[in-house]
Amino acid sequence: MTPPALRCIDPGPLATIQDRGRFGWQRFGVSVAGAMDPVGLAVANLLVGNPWDAAAIEVTLQGGVWEADADAVRIAAAGAGFAPTVDGRPVEPHRAHTLRHGQRLALGPTADSARGYLAVAGGFDLAPVLGSLSTHLRSRLGGIDGGPLRAGQALPLRLAEAPEGQDLALDPSLLPAPPARIRVVPGPQDDAFTDEGIETLLSATYTVTSETDRMGCRLSGPTIAHARGYNIISDGIAPGSIQVPGAGLPIVLFADRQTTGGYPKIATVASADLGFLARCRPGSTVRFERTDLAGAAGLRQALAGQLRRLAGSLAPARAMASLDSARLLAHNLVDGVTDALAEP
Amino acid sequence: MTGAGLRLLPAGDTALTVEFGDAVDPRINARVLSLDRALEAAAIPGVIETVPTYRSLQIHFDPDRLDAAALGPAVVRLAATLDDEPPPGRTWTVPVSYGGEHGIDLEQVAERTGLAAEGVIARHLAGDYRVYMIGFQPGFAYLGGLDARLHLPRRETPRLKTPAGTVSIGGIQAAVASIEAPSGWHLLGRTPVRAFDPARSEPFLFRVGDRVRFERVTADGYTQLARRVADEGWRPRFEDP
Repeated sequence: MTPPALRCIDPGPLATIQDRGRFGWQRFGVSVAGAMDPVGLAVANLLVGNPWDAAAIEVTLQGGVWEADADAVRIAAAGAGFAPTVDGRPVEPHRAHTLRHGQRLALGPTADSARGYLAVAGGFDLAPVLGSLSTHLRSRLGGIDGGPLRAGQALPLRLAEAPEGQDLALDPSLLPAPPARIRVVPGPQDDAFTDEGIETLLSATYTVTSETDRMGCRLSGPTIAHARGYNIISDGIAPGSIQVPGAGLPIVLFADRQTTGGYPKIATVASADLGFLARCRPGSTVRFERTDLAGAAGLRQALAGQLRRLAGSLAPARAMASLDSARLLAHNLVDGVTDALAEP
Repeated sequence: MTGAGLRLLPAGDTALTVEFGDAVDPRINARVLSLDRALEAAAIPGVIETVPTYRSLQIHFDPDRLDAAALGPAVVRLAATLDDEPPPGRTWTVPVSYGGEHGIDLEQVAERTGLAAEGVIARHLAGDYRVYMIGFQPGFAYLGGLDARLHLPRRETPRLKTPAGTVSIGGIQAAVASIEAPSGWHLLGRTPVRAFDPARSEPFLFRVGDRVRFERVTADGYTQLARRVADEGWRPRFEDP
């Protein structure tokens, strides 16, 4: 018998394994990597009963096709508008689904979010590298041989059977909504820019370009004026740092950023807002707004509160009319029986 | 915010950059490393990791466990007792095969510096290098201490692929590359030493503050050592301070 797995039939444009990231090795030049949108990662994991930061599949622009290569695989997707289907039939989003052997979950293209997450109950049976399963493509660390997921690949699972209990759903009205403007804290090198340069960043509308990837969000729009040159002695780079190279166009540094760099960094995106920026697809527009450390801390607390309320809304998924009714009925009856038996 | 030549620069709500000056200078770097050690000893809850660079220390922290406003004053207190003597560090002897296929830019560097190829090698070998910073890729060591005659601007067109173990120079710096990567620096030679091996009990060879001396080997010597690296995990020798 083959070990339980989730088979990648079609990874979409880019699919990688990501958890919260690889911490503790930046002093040795190892990038953190990790989920671009931690809220998405948390939501997918919540739905299948995993810890919020368990490794999941991060998909990009399109969700791909995934097949259960085990008796029962409980799986959930997060990411706005990924219109899931099971064996070609539309299924309800914002809930977990238990796939039987050979069943395929497909996530359609979406106009809403650049990134989505696919979590499996129990997680993937992969060996961590330097403490994390996160894939860092540039240094080929983590995931499966440090690379993107490929069609035909079997992702080994920890569980051969979905855990007992019904598939859960959450209340989509409680999903955290993206802010109208991305909040930034000035620094660490805001003094390397003119006052007009800082004003440009805070007042202009920027467009996410197609050169955006897991390393950084390249923006087009008005150029930002440096006060004196654009080379600094290389120093550390924080998540969400907005560096401005010589051409004056800002780049917001994401999960796969280098640990150090030599361009001045005008401001840093508040940690609570960074995942929302990572959802922006090429062509979408972004505006920034100044905050301070206390403001950023407040945003973080508010987001944590929203996630707690979202977790509180988890409940057994309701039946959905669009599913084949006979199969659905049988499924519910069986679930009902097993639940009754499982009752203490 | 300043105090005793120290600037606290917020890098968002998850990191703080502590800057000691605006120069590549062994004494400034020594203060960076001294604060790094002091922070490690202080074991402040919520500090995740630190990244020492030439003239600043970046402190990454968990804002849910550590109040960003409290970290600054704690750093200032620790910084009151720093020393600016470079820490002793280990001294590594790193074998290099120069020129030929291992160092494809040697002749061009000779031409641009007005030295003979052997002169370039002699000056590169004579350097007493210090690991100022590790960055760019896992285990990539930026070395200060390059002979001024070998200071050259980067290549106009970076190469898309340079091999692991590449020994190169760029600007005022020298480096030992850890994995295959693009590079705009000048390639003088190659070492069989692996500065990064995730499967090794100590994945990273060099630490910030270590010293490096290069030792010349022939192309055949390189091949033999490379085999020993692959077969028995050979590592270069080092002296403890």
